[in-house]
Order: sequence, then structure tokens, then C-alpha cells
Amino acid sequence: MDYSNLRRQAASMKRGLFDQGYLDEQFRQVEDLQDEASPNFVEEVVVLFFKDSAKLMSNLEQALEKYPRDFNRWDAYMQQLKGSCSSIGASRMKIECLSFRDNCGQGNVEGCMGSLQKLKREHALLRQKLESYFQLLRQAGPAGAATRPVM
Amino acid sequence: MSTGPELHVLAVDDSLVDRAIISRLLRSSKYQVTTVDSGKRALEVLSLEREVHMIITDYCMPEMTGYELLKRVKETAELREIPVVIMSSENSPARIRRCLEEGAEEFLIKPVRPSDVSRLCSLLLPTVAMTMAMR
Repeated sequence: MDYSNLRRQAASMKRGLFDQGYLDEQFRQVEDLQDEASPNFVEEVVVLFFKDSAKLMSNLEQALEKYPRDFNRWDAYMQQLKGSCSSIGASRMKIECLSFRDNCGQGNVEGCMGSLQKLKREHALLRQKLESYFQLLRQAGPAGAATRPVM
Repeated sequence: MSTGPELHVLAVDDSLVDRAIISRLLRSSKYQVTTVDSGKRALEVLSLEREVHMIITDYCMPEMTGYELLKRVKETAELREIPVVIMSSENSPARIRRCLEEGAEEFLIKPVRPSDVSRLCSLLLPTVAMTMAMR
């Protein structure tokens, strides 16, 4: 098994995520927190993020139905979600969060619905890409998993 | 050689993700960390026997904001000496001013960087350690 090749592939995959704007600098800050004492920290936080953000989006969807035109409430949910996206460096998701909040500010219900749908798509995309990335890291072997791949 | 009692930081944030990150940030600086998800729980921890040497709290939280928690801490004789740091994703000068006036040591803009945390820990905690050593 060519581990160095797998690590190169993982590094290339990650570079792509940055180049295409899925991730920003904050993701690197989170990676910097990973070390021998916490060798799976990044993946753990990412898993936490996807679970948490899925729940927040679900709560928001319910609120859109249960509290029509309650832009303050909708905005409060989205503020939480935007915060999580910022913390992990989920850049494209954050952009959709901002778009949703803009639509709230303008009282634009359809705009809000549209933004939320886009956000859900970005969520699913990022989840899929990061899952592939971590799977590749795991295949690259313990060295690949425990240390940050060389960029 | 003893390095003295371990410093204990209380981190308050309603976000699961942010709690994981701030906790890791603080632990990597070798502090004991307790994380809670609300101001109410923070006050419960503060009422326990175990000493808290610094509080780092999110501003925007349901029920009790970080600002309200700050006020409660500063109004309480046994707690008012504990340095409090506020974190917020909103860069509002009015909010920052209000928190600093109420006695917050620092106001950090989220997302919080490791360098922010290590800077304020090295700023605030040696003073605490010194005070403890003098007792």
C-alpha cells in the first residue's frame, strides 16, 4: 500500500476544498489544535458540526412553518448556525447563512426559503467531501491520521 | 519542583462546536477546563467548592447572555475578582464598550484563534497564580 501516495491524494483533496471555497482559514486553525494527545480532534469536531448544524437547520425549518414571517426568530436560529459555520471554516455554508439573514432583514420570505434550500445543499456537499477526505486520511495510515498532511 | 496549583478555567458557550474548540484550546495550554452551555450552569459551577480562576463566556446565549453573567459575577463579593473574558461573533463597539465598562477583562471576536486564547491566558493567569502564591 503506497501510503505516501494516499497522503498526497488527501492533501490534494484538501487543497481543492480550499480552492473551491468550501473551507477557509479557520479550518486550518482547528487543524492546528490536533496533536498526538488529540489525534482525531478535527474529525471529531467536524462530526459534531454536521450533527449540530443538521439539528439547527431542522429547527429552523420547523420555525419557518410554525412562525410565519417571524423574521427575528428565524434570524436568531440562523445566527447560531452561522456561528458554527464560522468556527469550523465552512465558508460556502457561511455565505448562505449570510444570504438568509439578508433576506430576513428585507422581510423576504421566498428569499429565506431559497437560501435555506441552498444551505442544505451546501451542507450535504461539504459533508460528503469531508467524509471522503477523512476516509482517505484513515487509509493513508496512522501517520496520515495523526499528523496534518503536508500541503 | 511544584508548579503550583493548576489553574481552572470555566468556559461558557451554548454552541456545541465552540465548546469543543475552546475547551481544546485551553487544554492545550495546560489549564483545567470546565465547559457549560449556559450562564445558569456557570453560576452553579461557581457556587461549588472548586475555585475558578478565569471565566470565558460567549455573549449571545439564550436566557442569560454573557453580559448578564458578567454582571452577576461582578456583583457577587466572592466572585468579583475572577477575570471574565467575553467572546462574540458580532463586532459591535457599543457591545464591547458595555462589557469592558461592566468589568470584562477582554472582548474577543469569534471565531477565536489559538493565539487570542494563549495571549489572554498568559496575560491574566500569571497574576492569578501570583495572588494565590501570596496567600
